[in-house]
Amino acid sequence: MISVSNLTKKYANGITVLNIPNLDIAPGESFGLVGNNGAGKTTFFSLLLDLIEPSSGKVLNKNVQVNTSEAWKPFTAAFLDESFLIGYLTAEEYFYFIGDLRGQKKSDVDALLAKHEEFFNGEILNSKKYLRDLSKGNMKKVGIIATLIGNPEVVILDEPFANLDPTTVNRLKKIIRELADDPRVTILVSSHDLAHTVEVCDRIVALSKGEIVKDIQTSPETLRELETFFAV
Amino acid sequence: MFRLFLMLEWKAFLRASSFGANLAIKIILGIVATVYAFLFLMMGFAIYPILEDNGLDPLETVNKYLFFYFVFDLAIRFFMQKLPTMNIKPLLILPIKRNTVVHFAMGKSAISFFNAIHLFWLLPFTVAMLVNGHPAMNVLGWHFAIVALLLADNFINLLINNKDAIFYPVVILVLGAAIGWYYDWFDVTLYTGRAFAMFYEIPVTALVAIGFLAVLYWFTFTYYLERLHLDTGLAKRSDIAKTENYTWLDRFGELGVFLKNDIRLLRRNKRSRTTVFMSVLFVFYGLLFFTGAIDSYDSPGWQVFAGIFVTGGFLFTFGQFVPSWDSAYYPLMMSQNIKYKDYLASKWWLMVIATVISTIMASFYAIFGWHIYLLIVVGAIYNIGINSSLVLLGGAFVKTPIDLTTSKQAFGDKQAFNVRTLLVTIPKLLGPILLYVLGKLHSEELGLALVAGAGLLGFLFRNKIFGIIEGIYRSEKYKTIEAYKQKS
Repeated sequence: MISVSNLTKKYANGITVLNIPNLDIAPGESFGLVGNNGAGKTTFFSLLLDLIEPSSGKVLNKNVQVNTSEAWKPFTAAFLDESFLIGYLTAEEYFYFIGDLRGQKKSDVDALLAKHEEFFNGEILNSKKYLRDLSKGNMKKVGIIATLIGNPEVVILDEPFANLDPTTVNRLKKIIRELADDPRVTILVSSHDLAHTVEVCDRIVALSKGEIVKDIQTSPETLRELETFFAV
Repeated sequence: MFRLFLMLEWKAFLRASSFGANLAIKIILGIVATVYAFLFLMMGFAIYPILEDNGLDPLETVNKYLFFYFVFDLAIRFFMQKLPTMNIKPLLILPIKRNTVVHFAMGKSAISFFNAIHLFWLLPFTVAMLVNGHPAMNVLGWHFAIVALLLADNFINLLINNKDAIFYPVVILVLGAAIGWYYDWFDVTLYTGRAFAMFYEIPVTALVAIGFLAVLYWFTFTYYLERLHLDTGLAKRSDIAKTENYTWLDRFGELGVFLKNDIRLLRRNKRSRTTVFMSVLFVFYGLLFFTGAIDSYDSPGWQVFAGIFVTGGFLFTFGQFVPSWDSAYYPLMMSQNIKYKDYLASKWWLMVIATVISTIMASFYAIFGWHIYLLIVVGAIYNIGINSSLVLLGGAFVKTPIDLTTSKQAFGDKQAFNVRTLLVTIPKLLGPILLYVLGKLHSEELGLALVAGAGLLGFLFRNKIFGIIEGIYRSEKYKTIEAYKQKS
């Protein structure tokens, strides 16, 4: 589904923040990206979404080169941070806006929202608040659910577990697990939390200083292996 | 401590992402400021002899009009002067006295062009009075009282800023006073003039003005000090939100999706609401030109200028900043399924609709003659045809993020309407004036036809211009995302 070759990102001062010679993510795979701060996780996702310019190499998303064509946009959804939310909209307006962009009918969006009512925990829909006035955790919930609108084939979530309360984390794991089980959806998740990532992903890649240092299929030993790797 | 703050300010200034792009604008602003300072200086020197030659008592005349000067000064400050912005939050828990933080922020506001400019006429005028044999004590008493009161305006502005509920009633009162004065019903300057004269006649009373300034400073100080908490002055004010679906816009398809959002953008953010308010004021700007209120505005070139201005208020204040209005969520726009063309078309339609509404609002100008209204309609055609595309083109290079949520109280940033907006506007006004003046060499009709014709041509070729803008959006994409990430 996603194919990366010779991808590097260097900044003007010559520091290489990402260097991935080769990486293939199969359709339907659930892909976990772990690493310390500055390992290049967000940089990698930003390159997948063509939000920053690659210094060399290319990313193919379903055979579309992301920095030369925009044909990947209709089937790709992402939530990286709050800059993916429109602060002056209510949650409902935001969902319908995204729905409109993805060619969804209002009733389709409503059905999706109804399905995830539990995830919202009653604090988001009809809350009489604009998104800018929601708490960080609630903003995150809105952003995550919005990526599911319009049945995207690629879903990219940066640090989805951060800032969420324990109950919501468990609900989110369930949602991601469901997506992972769906063979039509390729999901990419980054996290600092090794346990959560191992739980929801079939494959885990560890980044360190912009390079891939581990690439493993999840098995019962994976968590221990990763913990040993990141041990101090 | 102040030294550290100054260092912070200096770094904030140098390291702002917009610094490079803004340097040119800063230089132009500097030139404008110098010109104004020079004009004020000339005025200061000239005012005394001119009034005297006309058989008026210079001091008495100045005192008479000072009231309006003060009010005008306050209005200018309200719209133009930026509040001192300091990143207060990180300082709160550092070992810095809260008093120091507030003193610095207020002190910074006092060192401003808006305060200094007055001295440029006040000092020469004072010197002129001394030279012309007015007793020194009295002149100095008057001088310091006026300086204190002008500085007081600065702090009044700090207090009423962000409080439309105070500002607009004051505006209405003052307008009432001005109208009463104009029609000789009630002359407020009689009383205020007496008060200003008192500072001269009894120099000791200057202490009252200085005392007033001190009290005001203290009041503003405690006002801000008390509100220096995360849940009061520094708190985010949250509005009660209501979901609005504007389903009637659905029939416009993709375009409607963006129009809906743009309408919400305009209605729900302080910054954009001010833009709308300003564009209504623009409609009335023409009164200065068409009523013959100012003689030099009577020339035909100026009247075309006014025609463009009257209908183009929204276009200039809003269009100038597309796509910066969407800066807060630009990464979303860039990764969603969005066609630049629809996006641009939505903003363009918004400007066209606003221009048409302004033209209808401006129909009252017909009472000054159909010729005047024709000028305005021609201006509107030019605005829709040419200027709407030009502002979008210019906006494509603007990389200053806009903070829509200026509802941060107290020390919030206020840049809703600034000098910069006006500066970028000037070239778009010269085109039609030139066309009109050229055509007028032959006949007036040809002049109007040239301006309107240019507008129609622009209208026909707008897709071409949209194509160019799209290209700029594409080639500038990464830089724009990067720049918008930095908060101004």
